[in-house]
Amino acid sequence: MKTLTGQAWCRLKTAGSTVMLCSMLTLSACQPQLPEAVRSGLVYCSEGSPESFNPQLVTSGTTIDAISQQLYDRLLDIDAQTGELKPGLASNWQVSSDGKVYHFSLQSDVQFHHTEYFRPSRALNADDVVFTFNRIMQKQHPFHYQGGGNYPFFQSVDWAGLVANVSAEQPLLVRFELNRPDSSFLSNLATDFAAILSAEYGKQLLQSGQLQRIDSHPVGTGPFRFREYQKDVLIRYYRHNDYWREPAKPEQLVFDIVPNNARRMAKLFTHECDVVAFPRIAELELISKRADVDVQESTAMNIGFWAFNTAKAPFNQVKVRQALAMAINRDAILQAVYFGHATAANSVLPPTSWAYNANLEPLKYDPAQAKALLAEAGYPNGFSMDIWAMPVQRLYNPNALKMAELMQADLAQIGIRASVVSYEWNTFRRKLGDNEHDSVLIGWSADNADPDNFFRPLLSCSAAQTGSNRANWCDENFDRLISQALLTADQKQRRSYYMAAQQYLSEQMPLLSIAHSQRFQALNSQINGVQINPYGGIALAGASKEAK
Amino acid sequence: MILYLLRRVFLLAFVFIALSILAFSLGYLFPGDPLQNFTGLRTISAEQLPLLIAEYRMDQGYIQQYLGYLQRIISGDWGLSFASQQLLLVEIKMLLPATLELAAYALLISFFVGIPLGIIAAIKPDGVLSKAISALALTGYSLPIFWWALLLIMVFSLWLGWLPTAGRIGVLYEIPYQTGFMLIDILLAQSQYQQEALFNALRHLLLPTLVLATFPTTVMIRFTRDSMLEVWEQSYIKTARAKGLSRSQVLYRHGLRNALLPVTRQIGLQFSTLITLAMITEVIFSWPGIGRWLIDSIYQRNFPAIQSGLLIISTLVITVNMLTEVLHTLFNPLARKR
Repeated sequence: MKTLTGQAWCRLKTAGSTVMLCSMLTLSACQPQLPEAVRSGLVYCSEGSPESFNPQLVTSGTTIDAISQQLYDRLLDIDAQTGELKPGLASNWQVSSDGKVYHFSLQSDVQFHHTEYFRPSRALNADDVVFTFNRIMQKQHPFHYQGGGNYPFFQSVDWAGLVANVSAEQPLLVRFELNRPDSSFLSNLATDFAAILSAEYGKQLLQSGQLQRIDSHPVGTGPFRFREYQKDVLIRYYRHNDYWREPAKPEQLVFDIVPNNARRMAKLFTHECDVVAFPRIAELELISKRADVDVQESTAMNIGFWAFNTAKAPFNQVKVRQALAMAINRDAILQAVYFGHATAANSVLPPTSWAYNANLEPLKYDPAQAKALLAEAGYPNGFSMDIWAMPVQRLYNPNALKMAELMQADLAQIGIRASVVSYEWNTFRRKLGDNEHDSVLIGWSADNADPDNFFRPLLSCSAAQTGSNRANWCDENFDRLISQALLTADQKQRRSYYMAAQQYLSEQMPLLSIAHSQRFQALNSQINGVQINPYGGIALAGASKEAK
Repeated sequence: MILYLLRRVFLLAFVFIALSILAFSLGYLFPGDPLQNFTGLRTISAEQLPLLIAEYRMDQGYIQQYLGYLQRIISGDWGLSFASQQLLLVEIKMLLPATLELAAYALLISFFVGIPLGIIAAIKPDGVLSKAISALALTGYSLPIFWWALLLIMVFSLWLGWLPTAGRIGVLYEIPYQTGFMLIDILLAQSQYQQEALFNALRHLLLPTLVLATFPTTVMIRFTRDSMLEVWEQSYIKTARAKGLSRSQVLYRHGLRNALLPVTRQIGLQFSTLITLAMITEVIFSWPGIGRWLIDSIYQRNFPAIQSGLLIISTLVITVNMLTEVLHTLFNPLARKR
């Protein structure tokens, strides 16, 4: 019936383009049987290009989503539901009684990717683990300075100071020797950044003198193998057929790079994308009305905050920081910026964390008292300051510019003249790293379930040195609390340290915690087996497409 | 004729030299270190510096530097892109065919639709059909292309769901790069899903081509119509009619040939507009061509890419202009004598 009317229409019109149009329409009406690689292929529309194909070198969520869970495995994994550690490439592990020596037994017969540029001759063994971690720790390692010699996550947790030695005791037994006990060590091994590389591939690259290819032409043990990358266009992976776990369901996985939000949504509606990263919160209602699209949500481990450059006057005064924090109407922000899809934050830790301090007194919105505090600090007439608003949309802060404008109005009420500053994202981060800002609206997404992940990378002195401490805050008392928490494995004792640390933070106010946002993901309703991972990158190996 | 061609070639060479001087001076006019702008290297180490200064003749006068630049351009060493740190010439080779493909199809449509419609409109200038075609042409001529493109996407992609919104082919089809022209590459690729891929690529091609063809088609309609009407008034047409030739004979033998001559020339003149419009079309349909790349480069302050992008596009436009001019002269004995 459909084709008949189509043909009739075609006959009526003779102009060339209309004939073409008609044939296209009949084509779209009857889809031919497609080959497996296309039919079972999955398209994930991502919001940006990856910076590298090696998770050791990056912290950006975009890159981690695109590479970590698809190409690599880690020694340990995090259970997405419970947040507990579970075996990954290491089938089991032992800790010595003093907490300084860890032994990991590796899974046997784990195959690396067989690609156009590398043919593995052996399965995974302890040498690969040693190679992976020595690259990070040893400056004389041939690959250490490849890609700049920066390992941001590992530097923020002081990996080189913590791990004394990694060695292969037996082909499938790795020994980690630490300088001091550290209760976040295992959690850090389970993050997306601790991906295991192939030592044999490294050797091949050394021989051929193409060291830089280790980060651009990846070889891992993950469920997909690398096929091609066209910058700003797409990343193409194929299924790793010898995967040691259950093989991935899609034969092909393509990351279609679509930075424009509206265009990404349009591609979801036309079914050019199966899964879409970061739908705009403002559009969620519209999306969820469609029958062919599902929206998933999960409380993610993140925090959006307003950090003060505590090394600069007047932000070096606690009273000024408290006054600023009190002057902000956070309820209005939650409505206008997060559209109610976030919970107000009372601490940097989300309430779902086991170390969350529920006894903290909630911060009040009180412009009068804020003004009084300012006067006490010696600024009865206020002052001028900059609010840096990040130019990109992130889960923890979907619209920093709008938030900054709201805060601008709030601050005006207590006599502070705030101007909003923004730069292109790379420049923005570089200038932040140089601490050129007065205050900044930014945030953090956790990489694992350990509370330490919210403290050390954000507010420790070592983070202030590497430039990732946005408050530029280095406080001995705070540092002592969080490092003591790491020395013990007893959870009760650790909790008490973290409770105290949170209490101390709310008094010192180096940053104002604003909100813990929910993470959203929109996908074609024919896709099964994709879940949001609250602790890191998305995993797409279990995704399958079937008509409901 | 040979003298004419020589004159053209000479003019072309002169224009190229002027262009390359402009491109060269951009290396200095752009902000930042000229050496970085020329090499495309983001960071230059202390060991590299003296070698590069010698290679790029930065220690010599501007004229020497320019000659070195010219040599590099001719030998294919166009420097690196700031953004990707890949060879610019390689990137351009990957992208240019996509733009040419799009522009070529749009131009073809404008021929095969525009010229016949223009002739029809000229046959009975006061008829309803002629009026309708003229009205259509005027509408198409004044449509802002980005609005028109978005409208088509709204209707055919989002509302009806018939056509894809972006790209050259469904991303799940892997077509290895050979010529860069998608349809040819699909035919060359020995893949199992050749036919499906071809249809998929055609569906992707439809909307951008339609959008890009709109403007040149309307120009072609108006131009053909005016040119036909003018020729129709000539005394030799009246003579031919008076001698008893039929209407269609006159139209074909005497009218069309003479009326289409200025139309060939029009192609060359329209080409630069076409390329500009292709850039907008590429941005809207995420078409991975040179126009989108150039606009991205401007956003990213990718100076080496802007430099070579300008050079390649202006060279292209001027060459096409020149070629149509030569063609026009070949077909037109009057112009040859001049």
